[in-house]
Amino acid sequence: MALAATKFASTPEAFSPALIARIAERARDTRAVAIAGIFHAGSGHPGGSLSCADILATLYAAELNIDAANPMDAARDRFILSKGHAAPALYGIWAAMGLMKQSEAVRLRKLGSRAQGHPHVLDMPLAETSTGSLGQGFSVAIGMALGLRLQKNAARVYALLGDGEIQEGEVWEGAMCAAHHRLSNLCTIIDYNKLQSDDRNANIMGLEPLADKWRAFGWHVQEIDGHDITALLAALKTAADCGDQPSVIIAHTIKGKGVSYMEDVPQWHGSVKLTRAQADDAFAALGLPATTLDAMLEGAMEVRHG
Amino acid sequence: MANAAPQLIGTSGDSLREAFGKALAAAAQEKTNVVVLDADIAGGTGVHHFRKAHPDRFFQFGIAEQNMMAAAGGMAATGLVPVVTTFAVFCLRAVEQARLSIAYTKRNVKIVASHPGLDVGPDGGSAQSLEDMAAFRAIPGMTVISPADPTEMALATRAVLDFKGPVYMRTGRSPSENVYGPDHRFEIGKGHVLRDGSDVTLIACGVEVARARDAAILLEAEGISARVVNMATIKPIDVALVARCARETGAIVTAEDHNIYGGLGSAVAEALAQTHPCPVEFVGVNDVFGESGEPQELAEHFRLTAPFIAAAARRAMARKRA
Repeated sequence: MALAATKFASTPEAFSPALIARIAERARDTRAVAIAGIFHAGSGHPGGSLSCADILATLYAAELNIDAANPMDAARDRFILSKGHAAPALYGIWAAMGLMKQSEAVRLRKLGSRAQGHPHVLDMPLAETSTGSLGQGFSVAIGMALGLRLQKNAARVYALLGDGEIQEGEVWEGAMCAAHHRLSNLCTIIDYNKLQSDDRNANIMGLEPLADKWRAFGWHVQEIDGHDITALLAALKTAADCGDQPSVIIAHTIKGKGVSYMEDVPQWHGSVKLTRAQADDAFAALGLPATTLDAMLEGAMEVRHG
Repeated sequence: MANAAPQLIGTSGDSLREAFGKALAAAAQEKTNVVVLDADIAGGTGVHHFRKAHPDRFFQFGIAEQNMMAAAGGMAATGLVPVVTTFAVFCLRAVEQARLSIAYTKRNVKIVASHPGLDVGPDGGSAQSLEDMAAFRAIPGMTVISPADPTEMALATRAVLDFKGPVYMRTGRSPSENVYGPDHRFEIGKGHVLRDGSDVTLIACGVEVARARDAAILLEAEGISARVVNMATIKPIDVALVARCARETGAIVTAEDHNIYGGLGSAVAEALAQTHPCPVEFVGVNDVFGESGEPQELAEHFRLTAPFIAAAARRAMARKRA
């Protein structure tokens, strides 16, 4: 489990302990809302939601220029969850950041809910686009980066891709395109948890040498431990200032991170039904009491009847 | 002059793609938020006119239509009006991108497809898109348009830029017959009665409008009064006009350079089924793929020309009397 931490040393940057603690807390809250939502829905993808929680928390708490009081301001940075099946985590970080009501975030996958099974921009404008068909969010991000640059808008565009997602040919069409157009306002992050729907990437369709592929396509490449908040902060800072290339951060992560019985176990990728005992165990692993889960579920019920 | 540049085929003349390309470049003078996305066939789609006039708003995506189609959705999200162009058959390649990243998200993107149907000619069956109107018509919120001649193409180009919402519009490769004079008016969602008649109505779109007009002339010589309707908007179909034609003429023929399944004929039949059912005959490609040949040869081979439309009219009228 500790492979990432030993393989990728954190850049010795001075980020305040208070900032790191705040991001860690947002990440924990993101995981809790994701688990509560998946339990409440009776379906959803926990593995890939948990693996990207630290990435999402770092982006929203420290990197993205999004004002909670005016989140759709034209100058905002754009974030697209191209791996749309991790929607529970996106709703989780939005709830943690005050960008979505927690009760709505937990009321996942229900008829009439804004927390659709995959993010839908018409329900939640901050989703920036609708995802759920792998590869497309990345292309939309490229279009946004081109459009913003043409209109001299300094906002940056971020896209989070799954590792299995990059088996889609469209991703490599986009990778070629972004480098050709020198989209330095585009930052792509790959949630490299090594597992996909049926099995390990290596057994389904091997991705390695992954960093070399992106380098060969003309991208600025960084490899980090995707659960090391200091490393994430440093990599995002570097990505914003790497000349005229688009930037990719290959974030090595652990699928199911934070809930020990799910960690690195392929069967928790897919849409699963959690039992109450499993949900309680997950909350315990996150250091949260079962009463927190009860409160979240009650809130979601009120939305349903409200 | 063995080293002279090869002459491009079909890039000059009064084709619908040329009419589109010129109208687009002209409209973009004042519409400064219009951008064009191309997949390495600007010379074929007509957008070379736009590229020349507005190089800063012309975006090259290479031969990669899936990325281009979804990126158009992203550009629209920043307030631009993207016109994404390629051959109709390659639009089919990116139907799912059009579905999710343009239509599901309600993006103001105009997908303009050149080289539709048998009109493609000698490139053959692999390049002749006979399924695109069916595919795009099935996407919620997608407007589908196929103008009849260069005059209408220019008007439709301006109309789709003024319209807010996703549009799929066919142009055409071959030199096109003129159907309209300069006083023609085009409105999205409205069919146009090109020629009045009382015995049967011929409803056509695209290159088939001129052939339907010619069929009406053939029928007139036999004493049959055929109404001709140019149904340039396939979706949303002009239900009121279709129903009125059924009421007033009692028999309908549809004609399109497309598979008989899923396109104009289906749209007309769906409208009639819910309003004023009457005999309908379908002229189109009969659920097969095309092949190489010149457009006119192919139209005859696949039974899309005026005599076949006239024959279909007689069949429809016979069923009316039965």
